[in-house]
Amino acid sequence: MKQITIISGKGGTGKTTLVASFAALARNLVIADCDVDAPDLHLLLHPEIVTREEFKGLNVAAMDKAKCIECGICEEACRFKAISDTDSGYAVDPTRCEGCGVCVFVCDQDAITFAERVSGYAFISKTKYGTMAHAQLNIAEEASGKLVTVVRNNAQRVAEEEGFKLILIDGSPGIGCPVIASLTGVDLALVITEPTMSGLHDLERILDVTRHFGIASVVCINKYDINEANSSRITEFCQERGVTIVRNIPYDPVVTEAMVAAMPVVEFSDGAVSDAIREIWASIR
Amino acid sequence: MIISIASGKGGTGKTTVAVNLALSLPDVQLLDCDVEEPNSHIFLKPEITDVKSACTLVPVVNPNLCDYCGKCAAACEYNAIVVLPTQVMVFSELCHGCGLCSMVCPRDAISEETREIGVVRKGRSGDNIELVYGLLHIGEIMAAPLIDHVKEEIDPEKTVIIDAPPGTACPVIAAISGSDYCILVTEPTPFGLYDLKLIVEVLKVLKIPSGVVVNKAGIGDMEVYDYCKEEEIPILLEIPYDKEIAEHYSEGVPFVDAIPEWKTRFSGMVEGIRGEL
Repeated sequence: MKQITIISGKGGTGKTTLVASFAALARNLVIADCDVDAPDLHLLLHPEIVTREEFKGLNVAAMDKAKCIECGICEEACRFKAISDTDSGYAVDPTRCEGCGVCVFVCDQDAITFAERVSGYAFISKTKYGTMAHAQLNIAEEASGKLVTVVRNNAQRVAEEEGFKLILIDGSPGIGCPVIASLTGVDLALVITEPTMSGLHDLERILDVTRHFGIASVVCINKYDINEANSSRITEFCQERGVTIVRNIPYDPVVTEAMVAAMPVVEFSDGAVSDAIREIWASIR
Repeated sequence: MIISIASGKGGTGKTTVAVNLALSLPDVQLLDCDVEEPNSHIFLKPEITDVKSACTLVPVVNPNLCDYCGKCAAACEYNAIVVLPTQVMVFSELCHGCGLCSMVCPRDAISEETREIGVVRKGRSGDNIELVYGLLHIGEIMAAPLIDHVKEEIDPEKTVIIDAPPGTACPVIAAISGSDYCILVTEPTPFGLYDLKLIVEVLKVLKIPSGVVVNKAGIGDMEVYDYCKEEEIPILLEIPYDKEIAEHYSEGVPFVDAIPEWKTRFSGMVEGIRGEL
């Protein structure tokens, strides 16, 4: 089974636009949206949810005020500043609680409960292009990396059951927890960047991450013609690093028009952008 | 006053707003809390005066004291410590540094040592901006503790601008919590709108007042405007999709330096926010 992750380092460079079009071109694949805290792929692929599963990430502490004697030991022990002395006594801020259980351990009054919390939902859905594994992390929750792993496990299970040989993963911006979770063990990372100084800076860092984890990577520059001097800089940088640039994509407002029409751009238009995306897909699939 | 800049979706223009806003105000401190991919320094080219190591704590097991009872592994919620019959393995990159393992160890066999996860850099750009930014080391997963280190540098005497990371999860909460106001940067597209709605819900939980800056105005559709009207979220500023602005951005040049009349628009926006608070 082959797994390809589309990542970028910098946000908003075109990951989801590319994944939606690849899904439309490929068919016979499983699609995984691993941008679990701000997922957008469903806006283009219109999944019909088949199964919905609660995601329990980490536990959360809560204060039983009837038992609390206000000794403050828990506040002192919590390294995440999640417990504070409020007007109505000691209280846990669930948005800061990392579910470590230190407060439960140090409280000798048994005044802190430690319960599972539903931190989001994982879905398996049907789209016209194939099965899609996706998720939505609840507002202000932890453990996005764990939810990414749930989505990837769902995608792998479906691919095995349905006999598909390819999983296409839409990653999230950044280089931290959810990004690493969406990269581990994949066969190829396609990094999409843009010809801006920020794009180049963020590309360097994400390629450091893929190298750190030993993941084969190729690059494509989106909107390469908005600053051709920067595109040349990126090309030179990639050559020095021994990273292949598969094919660049020109700027065209049709990409936004396709998004407004809620369609993959390759289905919306047959212009230069769609040609470029088809060539990229042919070279990495 | 602390104003944070957030968006949900990546690439909508948080850094553009943060940097240009900083350049339009007197005596500001800009904290770039997108420690995974910080970009403000590209535009502000600060002279770095101070670099601090940012660490978390990880357990160290003394093999002479450990009897492999396994209580530490049973207590760890992150599966960061595994006890085998004659060996204890610590997976530092999974460790949140809570300290529970050393507390539960009956033989005092676990101490803690610091582990560097990134650095905090501080510098000046021009006469009126102090820039502080965090840089997470490659391969590290935990951005939130580094963001906390960046925020330790907050100077309450100044107007503080926080450039937050994209998304809605823990690094965003770490960056924006404690702010007096949050400026939400979006683009008028279906992706921009969907992720704006998510971040608006985050702000309701955190009880931080907010307003919207529409960047790349003119592309996409009008639904962001309809949503803001329904939710009674003020639109603070519109930055048009403009070739000149996009070119300056691509070169790493703050556009208020090239088109100075925008400075009054940015400073006027902050005056409006101050008036509202």
